[in-house]
Amino acid sequence: MSFQKKDLITIKDLSASDINYFVETAKEFKKISLKDIKKVPTLRGKTVVNIFYEPSTRTRSSFEIAQKRLSADSLSITVSQSSVVKGESLKDTLLNLEAMKPDAFVVRHSESGAAHFISKITKASVVNAGDGINEHPTQCLLDIMTVAEVKKDFKSLKVAIIGDIYHSRVARSDIYGFSKLGAEIYLYAPHSLLPRMIEYGGGKVFIAKSMEEAVKNADVIIMLRIQKERASYYFIPSIEEYRNFFKLTPELLSKADKKVIVLHPGPVNRDVEISGSIINENKTHIFKQVENGVAVRMACLYILIGYQKLNG
Amino acid sequence: MSKSGVIVFDDKETDLILNDIINKIINSDLDFNNAVIIGIKNGGIVLADLIKKAVLDRFGIDCEIGYIDMTLYRDDPFVVKKSGDSTDLPFDINGREILLVDDVISSGRTVRASIDEILDFGRPAKIKLAVFIDKDGRELPVCPDFIGRKIKAEKNEIINVNITSISDKKFVEKI
Repeated sequence: MSFQKKDLITIKDLSASDINYFVETAKEFKKISLKDIKKVPTLRGKTVVNIFYEPSTRTRSSFEIAQKRLSADSLSITVSQSSVVKGESLKDTLLNLEAMKPDAFVVRHSESGAAHFISKITKASVVNAGDGINEHPTQCLLDIMTVAEVKKDFKSLKVAIIGDIYHSRVARSDIYGFSKLGAEIYLYAPHSLLPRMIEYGGGKVFIAKSMEEAVKNADVIIMLRIQKERASYYFIPSIEEYRNFFKLTPELLSKADKKVIVLHPGPVNRDVEISGSIINENKTHIFKQVENGVAVRMACLYILIGYQKLNG
Repeated sequence: MSKSGVIVFDDKETDLILNDIINKIINSDLDFNNAVIIGIKNGGIVLADLIKKAVLDRFGIDCEIGYIDMTLYRDDPFVVKKSGDSTDLPFDINGREILLVDDVISSGRTVRASIDEILDFGRPAKIKLAVFIDKDGRELPVCPDFIGRKIKAEKNEIINVNITSISDKKFVEKI
């Protein structure tokens, strides 16, 4: 089987078998990072441009490492040092970069839909590395890969997603992705930070009434941070109040399944959404997520550029 | 045998070729105390296993064996989809003598890619190449050290080598 699209913009575009294909391919690429020489020549001669209109540590370095391990030539454009600050539009920036004949763009933007917009004006492959509050598909795939390393069957999984769901592109992609694989999703957040449920029609998605209900017997808990940059603080009375009702504590964690997997896309605000002790005692899979992120991004670039090579 | 295949070597002939190439390898200057056998996936797996068994029967040496999937090292890496089977070399190859094994050689590109991948794992003392069938049509200067048989075939003809098990009929066919 193979993935027959030039871009990865949204998890909505992927079938369950597409998701499995990305994850299975990523498992193979993970082995490259464990070798003495962490490099294969697969994307030699291919050019990948990373355009980040928003700050990023994990995603950007993860994509850059993925590109280097596949021998692609890559360059990263920091918007604060580009012509964007001189007033150039997104379209003009892209058309100029397109003229340099890149094979793929990796795009992060604060506006929802930016990656989709770019995919329509370039012949190169586009990977959405996070667009506004819309989606973050590679984060979803690496979350699924991390869970799949421990859990065989997703059909009976209870996945709790807790925190600022409304502003979270990770939550949206995870809800779509885990739902497609048959998991039950329990959302818990302040009412002001819950999205409209109509967005998730089709999946088994429920709203929990308390932290206890959300985490009870959960197989996977995905914690999300309050997003300062998206003014989330205006949606809650105070951080202290939020901490009292929405923080994952060791006591709450003990109510989950004994083999629960705790995920967090980062960056973590310790002792706001999750107790620092849970992280310190290594009870999360956060670093596994980061490790798998490189493999997933290698798989995405390989699959998308491969499609372009054969069909472009 | 496949429906559209034409038998090139029947069971008896294939068995003779098999014994012949194994004898050539066993009587070579390879130091089996320091050698590892690497089968190129998927065609080279069975022959690699049979060579390992022959070395054990003859010398009592249980050679280490590994398998290589060189898809990511191909010069056309997207033509063949990356399979679920990946390279499995569970030993240090530095300073070892490597016997690289495949069922058929033609252009030499698969062997080139395999050697590139092996060298990313370390610096072996030497690499020798064994192939069951040399189909000709070389596009790169690659020369096997041990050859079962040379045959003539068109570029688009596929050679299928079946040496799977003792109970099955062995054969080499052209498709």
